[in-house]
Amino acid sequence: MATQSAQFPLPAMLKDAFVAALVALALAAPILGMKTEAVPAGAMGIAGQGLILVQRWDVVAIAVALVFVGRLLLNVWWRRRIAARAPGPSFASRIGSVLTGKTPYFAFAMVLAAVTMPMMPFADRYIVDLGILVLTYVMLGWGLNIVVGLAGLLDLGYVAFYAVGAYSFALLAIHFDFSFWVALPLSGLVAAFWGILLGFPVLRLRGDYLAIVTLAFGEMVRIVLLNWYQFTGGPNGLSNIPRPSLFGLQFSPDDEGSFHAFFGIEYDPVHRIIFLYYVIFGLALLTNWVTLRLRRLPVGRAWEALREDEIACRSLGINVRNTKLTAFAIGAMFGGVAGCFFATRQGFISPESFVFIESAMILAIVVLGGLGSQLGVAIAASVMIGAFEIFREVREFRLLAYGGAMVLIMVWRPRGLIAERKPSITLGGERRAIGANMVGEGHG
Amino acid sequence: MSEPLLRVEDLTMRFGGLLAIEAFSFSARPRDITAIIGPNGAGKTTAFNCITGFYRPSSGTITLRHANGRTFGLERMEGFRIAEKARIARTFQNIRLFAGMTLLENLLVAQHNRLMRASWYTFGGIVGIPGFKKAEDAAVKKAVYWLERAGLIERADDPAGALPYGAQRRLEIARAMCTEPVLMCLDEPAAGLNARESEEMNAFLRYVRDEHDVSLLLIEHDMSVVMEISDYIVVLDYGRKISEGTPEQIRNDPKVIAAYLGEEEAEAAVAAQGGGA
Repeated sequence: MATQSAQFPLPAMLKDAFVAALVALALAAPILGMKTEAVPAGAMGIAGQGLILVQRWDVVAIAVALVFVGRLLLNVWWRRRIAARAPGPSFASRIGSVLTGKTPYFAFAMVLAAVTMPMMPFADRYIVDLGILVLTYVMLGWGLNIVVGLAGLLDLGYVAFYAVGAYSFALLAIHFDFSFWVALPLSGLVAAFWGILLGFPVLRLRGDYLAIVTLAFGEMVRIVLLNWYQFTGGPNGLSNIPRPSLFGLQFSPDDEGSFHAFFGIEYDPVHRIIFLYYVIFGLALLTNWVTLRLRRLPVGRAWEALREDEIACRSLGINVRNTKLTAFAIGAMFGGVAGCFFATRQGFISPESFVFIESAMILAIVVLGGLGSQLGVAIAASVMIGAFEIFREVREFRLLAYGGAMVLIMVWRPRGLIAERKPSITLGGERRAIGANMVGEGHG
Repeated sequence: MSEPLLRVEDLTMRFGGLLAIEAFSFSARPRDITAIIGPNGAGKTTAFNCITGFYRPSSGTITLRHANGRTFGLERMEGFRIAEKARIARTFQNIRLFAGMTLLENLLVAQHNRLMRASWYTFGGIVGIPGFKKAEDAAVKKAVYWLERAGLIERADDPAGALPYGAQRRLEIARAMCTEPVLMCLDEPAAGLNARESEEMNAFLRYVRDEHDVSLLLIEHDMSVVMEISDYIVVLDYGRKISEGTPEQIRNDPKVIAAYLGEEEAEAAVAAQGGGA
């Protein structure tokens, strides 16, 4: 194979490029070749207003030619690379191993950066707000990582628990005057309860079926929130959700019992944003700590064993259903806590914030970051949410870049950025990473 | 004779129109190595799956009796409860290890229920109660013991999926032993092993039986293994029991030879055995 490809077989390469050009033609002809244009009344001899079809075959020709030449060059490049390269790890997998070899340092650097970020001179209100958004997704990613990454259950409706948490707090605060800090654990518990409620009938399904049912559950929650307007406010949502306080100190312009008055500083609305930033940072760290701790407990090992082989688990006396339920409930709990935070940050929630694309986004963060990897999820969340915001200017290309990044990750590192698994316990003391090819993905 | 450990009576398993096992009865005595043999498709693995709770039998009863006199009706129990309460462990024909987890982790997962209780169902473990630490140390000690017995202690921190085939089989048995079973069901423990490995496997199984007071029930194709280590053999063909007895009796039973070799060769074989061997 290697000797033959080193000779650059032109006919084969031309044929490949020709096929690619043909595909491009089939796609470009209707998409680029024909364009409808609205014409004002009377123009071009047409009576009345209408649409005309503009044909642009020159554009099609250029596109097809570009694809042909590009494919040809790509072929040459490939062949040269195959000929030149000795068998060994690819460029991309080397990037990954550079990262995984030093995860503790990298994680420490990330935590340090997160702690100091709001104090940096460049950290204006917008940047800190973006930091809050990123950390919210980091927390959601870590919560979902328990379900998808550790237990191997594909959950496409995770945003439902986020919604349950947010609405729990909003309703408790509006009707019963609960404060944020009291409602925070309650929202988590309510979400966990819903996780169990959903889990009972659903967790006997596996794989694709589980994914579809969880997706449906996510939509059900949103639609109920949308239509039960007496209770949830329907599409108008719920507003006037109270802001969190720091040991009873309010972040408000009044002087009575407020943060700035207590510390004797000038009132600045950024104080509240920075406070919120540290709240979500703490919550995310708590999620991470609990997850890492659970991994070393029997329940965490059972989750991973479940992902590896469910039948073997049954033969060892593990109650598969209950074990899955705990994963679902704990994942849902963190989703609910994040939802409670979201409600207090926004001060206003509506079903629009809990659409399917949010679930897909969180799942993408987990999958791209690496199933089961805490650091990978944090990096993926920072890159994806951060990049999403930074490219807000060039909105039209945002989804394109997003899709492109996903394709690249899937080609280079199909198991996610950090795909290795660290053992939860060792005899020798040294935790050697287990290669991604060994670790199972779970079958639902 | 002592009370049988396992008593299977009139076990029948139907899959739609297919009758996989019909009125199958046998019993296994404590501390015996009992083998179920038979040609491919005879229903051996189906019988195993009924005993270990992976299938619910269409009819019949399966009773397990512990040394303390406690009995369990296995045909009514859920699979994981059979493993936990009745203490039946099993291995699989196509090895089922947790490939991405280390050997040590594999053996700790096998001690899940005890560790779960010690960690107060996670609530104690998460705050680090001392009782859990102690239980985990004991669990690691037990895992180390079995890794040493299986000759795998050097590779304790390697992923199970990286082991060679024969070692994976031994690890699966070690993992099953970590659940402290009274009855261990082995589905073709010697499949895919070479002669030397299969010899080692025999020694390992004998050791397990002698030192740990566990009875073995095994399915096996490899006659050298079966004849050498079994105390009692049950022969299945087309879902029915056609013979049972000691290895000596089975070896000379024309019905068994017929089932394995076909009628005509069987007659020749019986004639040859009568003269030689």
